[in-house]
Amino acid sequence: MAQPLSAERLKRAYRQMKTIREFEERLHVEIATGEIPGFTHLYAGQEAVAVGVCEHLDDADYIVSTHRGHGHCIAKGCDVDGMMLEIYGRADGLCKGKGGSMHIADVEKGMLGANAIVGGGPPLAVGAAIACRNRGNGKVSIAFGGDGSCNQGTVFEAMNMAVVLKVPAIFVIEDNGYSEHTGASYAVGSKDIAGRSRAFGMAAEKCDGADFFSVYETVGRLIDSARRGAGPATLEAKITRFYGHFEGDPQLYRARDEVKQQRATMDCLKNFRARVTQEGRLTDADLDAIDTAVLAQIDAAVAKAKAAPPPAESEITTDVYISY
Amino acid sequence: MAQKSFRDALNEALHLEMERDPSVIVLGEDVSGGAGGTSGNREASGGIFGVTKGLLPKFGEHRVIDTPISESAIIGAAGGAALAGLRPVAELMFADFVGVSMDQIFNQMAKFRYMFGGKTRCPAVVRLAMGAGMNMGAQHSQTIYALLTAVPGLKVVVPSNAYDAKGLLIQAIRDDDPVMFFEHKALYPRKGEVPDGAYTIPFGEANLLREGEHVTVVAIGRMVVFAEKVIDALAKEGITCDLIDPRTTSPLDEETILESVENTGRLVVVDESNPRCSVASEICAVVAAKAFRSLKAAPRSVTAPHSPVPFARELERAYVPGPTRIEAAIRDVMQD
Repeated sequence: MAQPLSAERLKRAYRQMKTIREFEERLHVEIATGEIPGFTHLYAGQEAVAVGVCEHLDDADYIVSTHRGHGHCIAKGCDVDGMMLEIYGRADGLCKGKGGSMHIADVEKGMLGANAIVGGGPPLAVGAAIACRNRGNGKVSIAFGGDGSCNQGTVFEAMNMAVVLKVPAIFVIEDNGYSEHTGASYAVGSKDIAGRSRAFGMAAEKCDGADFFSVYETVGRLIDSARRGAGPATLEAKITRFYGHFEGDPQLYRARDEVKQQRATMDCLKNFRARVTQEGRLTDADLDAIDTAVLAQIDAAVAKAKAAPPPAESEITTDVYISY
Repeated sequence: MAQKSFRDALNEALHLEMERDPSVIVLGEDVSGGAGGTSGNREASGGIFGVTKGLLPKFGEHRVIDTPISESAIIGAAGGAALAGLRPVAELMFADFVGVSMDQIFNQMAKFRYMFGGKTRCPAVVRLAMGAGMNMGAQHSQTIYALLTAVPGLKVVVPSNAYDAKGLLIQAIRDDDPVMFFEHKALYPRKGEVPDGAYTIPFGEANLLREGEHVTVVAIGRMVVFAEKVIDALAKEGITCDLIDPRTTSPLDEETILESVENTGRLVVVDESNPRCSVASEICAVVAAKAFRSLKAAPRSVTAPHSPVPFARELERAYVPGPTRIEAAIRDVMQD
């Protein structure tokens, strides 16, 4: 069994979750000003999943992400300033302003990209898992996806191929209740995502996505098995998103007060704080200090992004090829 | 120099590159074949066209990967493996199956480097068997390199002979960008002189196969074989042609084509694809825009008609551009 997390590790996990939360809460405010171009899909509410998974990983493990990718990027170690610059479309953004919110990547960190095609990532994760298997280094490849993605054929293909090739791929399905503007209870025919994955011949477990410890411990078992050569697995995390499909989504499909209630009962940060303070592992003061530091970090990132220059027009045709 | 088939030249390229670089892997349906079969023959196929023969016994199952029939996952796995530092060569079997894997080709591997701000590479090769002439019907016979030539981020290779096939495939595997490698099915058995060792042919450098005065003929893939025959016959009548094989449609060696047209003043492009938005129409457009004053005649293109590939022998024979139509086009362009 995994050792209980040290105080330092707990602080780190909290800081990661808090960073994601404040990053997204601030974007929610800034997007309303019209300064940020394009489509943005916020991850607020789901932080415990990204962090609960990525706390098991290092730079040599891979993840692929989704259109709702900011949380996965931060959890995997992408630079927060670089991400903010990218979302603002700035020259010094993590992707030089050419990717945007839906394409943030940092391959050096094992972050193989957010992905604007629902279901686009899992086949890529299988490829990265082949690389891990062939290197024999015990590394794993994680495919994050939502309840919507798990109705895409590409995900079924990827799951089956991962089982056939017995590669260390973990499919993390974050069921946030909605595939865009349609309920998962309608769109997921079997209502049982883990059960579907099991039918492909892999281990699959469910966890409470609002509880960091539930995610961390459950996926930890699956990742450990994959590192030891047991092949792929699926984690189904029940969770909610605190905002719409995209910023500006009026969310007419959600009951009045749904989000208010979920913020009261399904907030991973509150849950984490309650547990670690009750158990005497961290104090409120420890966590408050992190909150203050994170807010300052996000303030600084936004200020930097607002002041930064856009990419030069000559950048349009660079980076299409390495040589041409 | 040894005579080798187009198929064996490709096979040799794969053997050589897999020996040279342990990060090269091959994946696809039946690339070795026999997994899960009852005969126990673990290399029951070696690729449906035999191009991947002998790889499994030499390099093992971790590098020669038989996949389920899951084209999106095959191409996606190639893209992901390439991002993660391998050099995958994915076999799509029939080029027509681009239809079920298009997202992974044109939204994913083609765009990674750009979307990620130039901070990654995706050295994946996708091998696609193309072309009509074997009565395989409308979903196993298409010539669709134009679809992928139109996509920024992809390189597109269409070899016409065994020597080029080997050198271009080695180049494709060593190249750091994603490469779509089209192999005409009718060329697989055709032999040519092929050296034993490894060599590369750079992309974007056309091959000037014949030199003449009157007409510039640009032919692609299998069409080069027909064009050579026609041009050699016409030379006896005193009609002489430059024959240019672009070898890659992306990048396209416009310079060689334009230089030739500046000398001849006449252009015929031979392309097995459907005519609209084709490489043929692209080359005609480039010449019209950039060598207009050199033209003595309107450019001609010889392509398949705007129809799916028909099945019946008689229909398919008429569908594929052949020597008769190429000759007619060359004679016609001489009349203007």
